[in-house]
Amino acid sequence: MFSRMRQMIIKEFIQVLRDKRTRFILIGPPIVQMLVFGYAATFEVRHVSTVIVDYDHSQKSRDLVSRFTSSPYFDVIAQLENPRDLSGAIEQGKATIGIQINAGFAQALENGQSAPVQVIVDATNSNSALVAAGYITQIAAGFAQEYQQARIDLTAPQLRGTIPMVQLDYRPWYNPDLRSRWFFIPGIIGSLTLVLVITLTAFGVVREREIGTLEQIMVTPIRPAEFILSKTLPFFLIGLFDVSLIAVVGSSWFQVPFRGHLSVLFTGAVLFLLCMLGAGLLISTVSSTQQQAMVTAFFFIMPAIVFSGFGFPISTMPQWLQYMTYASPLRYFLIVLRGTYLKGVGMDILWPQMAAMAGLGMALLLLAILRFRKSLD
Amino acid sequence: MNWTRLLVMAKKEVLQILRDPRSLAIVFIMPAILVILFGYGVNLDIKGSPVYVFDQDGSQQSQDLLKRFQASQYFHLVKVVDNYPQLVRAIDDGSAKIGIVIPWNFSEKLHDGSPVHVQALVDATDDNTANILIGYTQGVIQGYSSEIQIEALQRRGVSLQPASLRVEVRTWYNEDLESSAFIIPGVLALVMSVIGAFLTSLTIAREWERGTMEQLISTPVSAAEIMFGKLVPYFVLGMADTIISALIAIYWFKVPFRGSFVTLLVSSAMFLVVVLSLGFFISVLAKGQFAASQIALLVTFLPAFLLSGFLFAIEQMPVVLQWFTRILPARYYVSVLKNIFLKGTPTAMLYADLVPLALFSFLLGILATRSFHKRLS
Repeated sequence: MFSRMRQMIIKEFIQVLRDKRTRFILIGPPIVQMLVFGYAATFEVRHVSTVIVDYDHSQKSRDLVSRFTSSPYFDVIAQLENPRDLSGAIEQGKATIGIQINAGFAQALENGQSAPVQVIVDATNSNSALVAAGYITQIAAGFAQEYQQARIDLTAPQLRGTIPMVQLDYRPWYNPDLRSRWFFIPGIIGSLTLVLVITLTAFGVVREREIGTLEQIMVTPIRPAEFILSKTLPFFLIGLFDVSLIAVVGSSWFQVPFRGHLSVLFTGAVLFLLCMLGAGLLISTVSSTQQQAMVTAFFFIMPAIVFSGFGFPISTMPQWLQYMTYASPLRYFLIVLRGTYLKGVGMDILWPQMAAMAGLGMALLLLAILRFRKSLD
Repeated sequence: MNWTRLLVMAKKEVLQILRDPRSLAIVFIMPAILVILFGYGVNLDIKGSPVYVFDQDGSQQSQDLLKRFQASQYFHLVKVVDNYPQLVRAIDDGSAKIGIVIPWNFSEKLHDGSPVHVQALVDATDDNTANILIGYTQGVIQGYSSEIQIEALQRRGVSLQPASLRVEVRTWYNEDLESSAFIIPGVLALVMSVIGAFLTSLTIAREWERGTMEQLISTPVSAAEIMFGKLVPYFVLGMADTIISALIAIYWFKVPFRGSFVTLLVSSAMFLVVVLSLGFFISVLAKGQFAASQIALLVTFLPAFLLSGFLFAIEQMPVVLQWFTRILPARYYVSVLKNIFLKGTPTAMLYADLVPLALFSFLLGILATRSFHKRLS
């Protein structure tokens, strides 16, 4: 049995690594994708182009404007005189944000009324708009708080130091500088592995079927289980090589910290690869051409990535979708990746993820083997 | 070019597509699935984030502050814990996104009139969520602080209206800040990349792999006839998919459609020519189906997903990458889509995107025609 399997494994390695193009594809594109993805994937909102109209021309309004000009989040590209220019700048896409301070702003503050600041946001990108509007609200709140403090000091100087104040002292854990890259790189490592291993496995088996060499193999004394094992073992090893390659390139190039234990990440990667092999095999059993395999794989890959929490928080999805995320193996692997890279947590916290991946992987593999037997009959 | 031969080629390709009902079904279901996936699955508007509280003070005042968190739609107060390690554990294993620590001398300091710090431990693995949450937390704390200040002043006989800025945000083009309106128009570009590049890249590679290309070459069909015969059916499928996706977007997800439908069709046709030509070019270059599909993924799907402004704002990328996006047809197409759907930009003002798109479809069309020769070896 083992000699038969050894022959089969050698054949498989030769087949995958013989072709210069395929060899390149196992190394080149993953690295390129890692780099491009790492640079492109960000939800950070900085240097938003902003135009301002200040009708009040008061000390106070200028103070507020200067808070925007000195903020790293906004690039004030012009201070305009006319509100029509303001809306024009947004319509033409030159500015994303327009801020308008009306006449009577300082007066309203003085009278203790709420002083209006009008803001127009180009919300074509709803996320940028949401985050930018948040920054504006924060700047305005900071301004109001300081103004009130100054006014208290002015109207009741005798009370200075006896008026309470609550301040927020926030600690962004695991990612103190709030870098988008630290969030995305572990996710990219998982997603790239997913795409590569699933397509590799699915194509590897379907190609034999399509070219007709599968029948040839089946007339040899090899048993289906041996065939599947020896077919997937090379893919498993190649997948392990690729996940290490992607992980090393990604985290060293983008300088993402690794705070956990390598053994935990390795265990997670092995279990995740098990799921991917199972999924790839399953796809291959329901496809008779490579085009079919590609399309079917795509149907598995897209939901698996979208539902994994890769870039979009699972908690904001509708409830019925949240249940579906439990079926995505990538969901668990991402928690392991982010847990080991950023949080530095160990098995005591990550074991449910490991168990889920082991269970899913077993189920997928079993299903694939059963279906494979059937598809041979 | 001979029209009869071209027609026969196209008929053969159509037959080949039709004979594979599953692939055909997938071609029609895929746009629906992708639109639904991204329409429901991608939502960056954070609401009801799980909060754990460690209230060391346990006073009336600390309860008042916590009530404000409870009243906010952005937070969901899950649990009050009575020691620090429990709080840390909750953030480590992901059951809390944010942990609030109220110091033991909270009410005492408020009474004395000295500044007091409330600590917020934020899980910042996801920097975007963390950023938005910090903003909301700041809002709650500042609101509370301002109110107790006014109260303290009143107790001492000083009456003061709270100073506040009323930030009136108007969100243009996507009034309700719907993530679906921001995401879905761009999904059309994804659908077309998949249909156009994936499927076509496999069709030529398949002929080579199966050896039927030799048979085709021995017939009098010319190279151009083979190419157009193969591409025309996919062009029709792609246009059908565009219309399906647009209809789902408009009628199911209620994404506003403010521009011209004709411009949508024309720009989609141009983009389809781009991806079909690319797919064809790839399949000529890469003789194997696995290589072809991987290259198609790299040069069409990934740029459409990552670098087109579909999801990640181009302005936030490194400058070099921003320049690079200018040579990507997907960027112009996504821009046209967002303008047509959300902004209702008149066609005459879209030339900055439409001209490059037309140019690309022309150049790549020529490139694809030139690349394919009827030659063996």
